[in-house]
Amino acid sequence: MKFVNEYRDPAAADQYARAIARITTRPWMIMEVCGGQTHAIVKFGIDELLPKFITLLHGPGCPVCVTPVELVDKATQIASRSGVIFCSFGDMLRVPGTERDLLAVKAAGGDVRTVYSPMDALKLARDNPERQVVFFAVGFETTAPANAMAVYQAKQAGVTNFSMLVSHVLVPPAIEALLSSPDNRVQGFLAAGHVCTVMGYEEYLPIAVKYRVPIVVTGFEPLDILQGVYMCVRQLEEGRAEVENQYTRSVRREGNRPAQQLVAQVFRVVPRKWRGVGEIPQSGLGLAPEYAAHDAELRFDLAAYTAEEDSECISGLVLRGVKKPHECSAFGTRCTPEHPLGATMVSNEGACAAYYHYRRREWRQETAAAKAASRA
Amino acid sequence: MCLAVPGKVLSIAGEDIARVGRVNFGGIVKEVNLAYVPQAGIGDYVVVHVGFAISVMDEGEAKQVFQYLKQVGALGEIEEQGS
Repeated sequence: MKFVNEYRDPAAADQYARAIARITTRPWMIMEVCGGQTHAIVKFGIDELLPKFITLLHGPGCPVCVTPVELVDKATQIASRSGVIFCSFGDMLRVPGTERDLLAVKAAGGDVRTVYSPMDALKLARDNPERQVVFFAVGFETTAPANAMAVYQAKQAGVTNFSMLVSHVLVPPAIEALLSSPDNRVQGFLAAGHVCTVMGYEEYLPIAVKYRVPIVVTGFEPLDILQGVYMCVRQLEEGRAEVENQYTRSVRREGNRPAQQLVAQVFRVVPRKWRGVGEIPQSGLGLAPEYAAHDAELRFDLAAYTAEEDSECISGLVLRGVKKPHECSAFGTRCTPEHPLGATMVSNEGACAAYYHYRRREWRQETAAAKAASRA
Repeated sequence: MCLAVPGKVLSIAGEDIARVGRVNFGGIVKEVNLAYVPQAGIGDYVVVHVGFAISVMDEGEAKQVFQYLKQVGALGEIEEQGS
C-alpha cells in the first residue's frame, strides 16, 4: 500500500538505528505517547534496534486502556436495558468492569453491536426509531471529530433516539500530569501523529518550555518512529527542548481547523478520571449543554454513579512508564488477553497485550532467570 | 485506537457535512466522510480514521523521512572520516 510499505524498509531502518547509535552518548528515557506507536514498536522490534542506552517507555495513549471502570460499568448497565442497541468499537467489549464486561452483557442477551464508525451507530438509530441507540464514544482527539459529527447530525436531523456515552480524553493534560509526577522518568516525548493531525502541535510548545522536555510529533510506521527517536535523542544530546514535527506528510502546525471547530461546538473540556491514574483536571471532553439531550449519562440517569478500581492490576504504573508489563506478578498468569484483569491487557494497543503477543520468549526467560536467582 | 489509514480518493459526492468520497485502501474501497478535508480532490491521498478523512497526505513531504536519513547518514560519514 502506498504511504505504508515504503516506511517499513529494513535497510533504511538499519541506517536510522546506526545513526541513532552514533549520536547517543548516555542513557535517555523517551516515551511514545500513543498506543498505536507502542504496538508498532513491540511488533516490529524497534526498541531492539536501538542502542542499550535508550529506553522507550510506553505511555498512556490507549483510550481503551484509560477508560475508567465506572464508565465501563455505566456502559454495561445501559447495554443491559431492554429496548437499547448499544454500539461500541470492538476493543471495548472485553474491558472488565466491576462485575462484567460488555461481551458478558451480549452473551446474556443484550443487544451489543460492534461498529466501525459512530456514523454507523447514527444510521442504526435512524433505521430503528423505536429503539434507543447508544454509542460508547471512547477516544483521544483523533476520534473526537467523528463523534462530534455524529452528535451534530443527530441534533440537526432530530434523531432523538440517538445518544452517546462519552469517555473522551485529551493528550496534553496527561503529558503534563506525567511530567509533574514525582516518579517521572521521561526525558523526551514522541507525540501522537494522528492526535496532532487533528489538533496541530501549538499546545505542546508551552509544555516543552515549562518542563524543558523535547517533544517530537511522530508517525506510526517503523521509519517514522526511528526518525522520531533520532530527532528526540539529538535534542537531548544537544540540550535543546523544542517541539519538532517528524510526521510532516500528515501533520500541519495548526492541525485540522474544520475538525477543531465542530469538536469545540459539540464538546466542552471537563475533568476526567483515567483508569490507573486517577482524575486529571481538564483532561476530557463531555457534551456541551446544547447537546445534553444526546447525553446517555443523563438519558439513563447514571451521572452520579461511581466505582473504584481493582487494586491488583498495576496498569496505572504501566501507563505512566514506571513499570514494564512483565514486571507485574499477574502478567501472563492470572492476567491474559482471554481473562484480563486490566484494560492494558485487552486492547491490541495496550502495552501488556503487546508484550503478551510479541515478547513471550523474552519475559519467560526473564522469569526463569529470576526464579533461578532466587533459588541460588 | 488512533489508527488511521491512507487511501486514494476515487470519487466525491455531496456537500458540506454530507461530503463523502469513495476511497481505495490498497484494493478495498470504502465510503469515507470528507467534510473535514474540503480541499481534498479526486486522486488525492487522505488519512482516514473511523470513516472520516482527517488530513490530505502531502506528497512532497512524504519523502522527508528518506531525505532526512540521507542528511544524517552523510553527517555520520563525515564525522567518522574526521575522527
